Amino acid sequence: MGKESVQTMKEFIEEEQKQQYNEYVKQVTPTHSLPMQMVKAFVTGGIICCLGQAILNYAGSLGLEKDIAGAWCSMLLVLLSVILTGFNIFPGIAKWGGAGALVPITGFANSVAAPAIEYQKEGQVFGIGCKIFTIAGPVILYGVFTSWLLGLIYWVLMMTGVL
Amino acid sequence: METIVGKQSIQFQKAPYIVSAASIVGKKEGEGPLGSQFDAIEEDPMVGQNTWEEAESALQKKAATMAMEKMPAGLPPVRYLFSGDLLGQLIATSFGVMDLQLPLFGLYGACSTIGEALMLAAMTVQGGYSETVLALTSSHFGSAEKQFRFPLEYGGQRPLAATWTVTGSGAFVLAPQGGKARISGVTPGRVVDFGLKDSLNMGACMAPAACDTICQHLEDFGRQPSDYDYIITGDLGSVGQTILLDLAKERGYDLSERHLDCGMLIYDSEKQDTHAGGSGCACSAVTLAAHILPKIEKNQWKRVLFVPTGALLSTVSYNEGQSVPGIAHGVVIEHG
Repeated sequence: MGKESVQTMKEFIEEEQKQQYNEYVKQVTPTHSLPMQMVKAFVTGGIICCLGQAILNYAGSLGLEKDIAGAWCSMLLVLLSVILTGFNIFPGIAKWGGAGALVPITGFANSVAAPAIEYQKEGQVFGIGCKIFTIAGPVILYGVFTSWLLGLIYWVLMMTGVL
Repeated sequence: METIVGKQSIQFQKAPYIVSAASIVGKKEGEGPLGSQFDAIEEDPMVGQNTWEEAESALQKKAATMAMEKMPAGLPPVRYLFSGDLLGQLIATSFGVMDLQLPLFGLYGACSTIGEALMLAAMTVQGGYSETVLALTSSHFGSAEKQFRFPLEYGGQRPLAATWTVTGSGAFVLAPQGGKARISGVTPGRVVDFGLKDSLNMGACMAPAACDTICQHLEDFGRQPSDYDYIITGDLGSVGQTILLDLAKERGYDLSERHLDCGMLIYDSEKQDTHAGGSGCACSAVTLAAHILPKIEKNQWKRVLFVPTGALLSTVSYNEGQSVPGIAHGVVIEHG
């Protein structure tokens, strides 16, 4: 028993030292300025959303239904993002604009196009096929799962007459 | 004079010479503060190949060939090769040195690889197992990003503590005579883990290992930092440097006047937007070949402790929640 307690004590001290080091590192490591990042994200995201709205309005003015116009808006933004990714312009926009560029559908398109370009050299099946969703995969999986879960809750509430 | 010194160091009786060195780098490194000192700057990131991995292999082949061409006349041809890189199963090395047809010892020490290669090469020469030995390493921004982080075109924000992988390759030929710089002693490093899990703050992950090796080296040899013109770490970057100086101070050594870091020398972090500095196997190797070694050969620096640093992680260990331990190897290079 004595030996065991000595070992646990040693581990405890080590854990404490590691924690201290982690805190010290946090202090000396510089970080991006959060307010500045928020302003940049607001501007970038705002521009992308304005662009989307312009597409939506134009599609509407051509007499398209709201759903169809929305689909055109998404498709064109995706196309734009993929083209900018291909020409290696998107990373620069994302570096400046952060979440402003990544949260809209443009970020999603970039996260699929980038692996497709990078892994194309490993072949159509094991390269692009297996690795195209390495970044977007979790978003797709848990996105689908979450909507299934919400659908289930909605259905249960409907059945029990709450809604 | 003892060969086996202290707890983990070696002092060479007949210190092997670094008889020739070669450095080849990419465009970004060529635009950096050391740009004019490199032997060759490769403008094409693909080096005329089809993939990042092949490009890195091509860099190794070029650097190795160049170093062997620069060897002084009269020395026998290179007999053994010590080389390594960052890629899985050392593919940059295997495919890069294949055409050289030299007996190969493949090494992995993350970004500290050139330290490991130089130590083993020096031991091989001192031991009399070969007259001429080649120590080689490489890294490539494209292949490293692809393996450890994200595809290059992926948009994201790098934290300020992140470093930029150097594209390039450094090669050194060691022999019992025929140069102006010699490896007089080495202190191989241990794996040191302070429990940090942030793979984008590698300087902080490696600083404890650098401190451990430097302090152990000074104790083993009974020296002080003032016995060196400079103590030069591999790729701690600006964050790692701050931490190293603090940690060494705690152990009673003031390195502030003596410390340089290859990662901080190779880029202009403001102009080149590299954040904390350079990293990768090539970072310390090309800086040694192009910047440090010429100063020692010209006797501007008499004795330098070269300490390449490595962060020991893979995407598997990282995803499985392991910390990022570090390793650092100390190589004493003296004029003579």
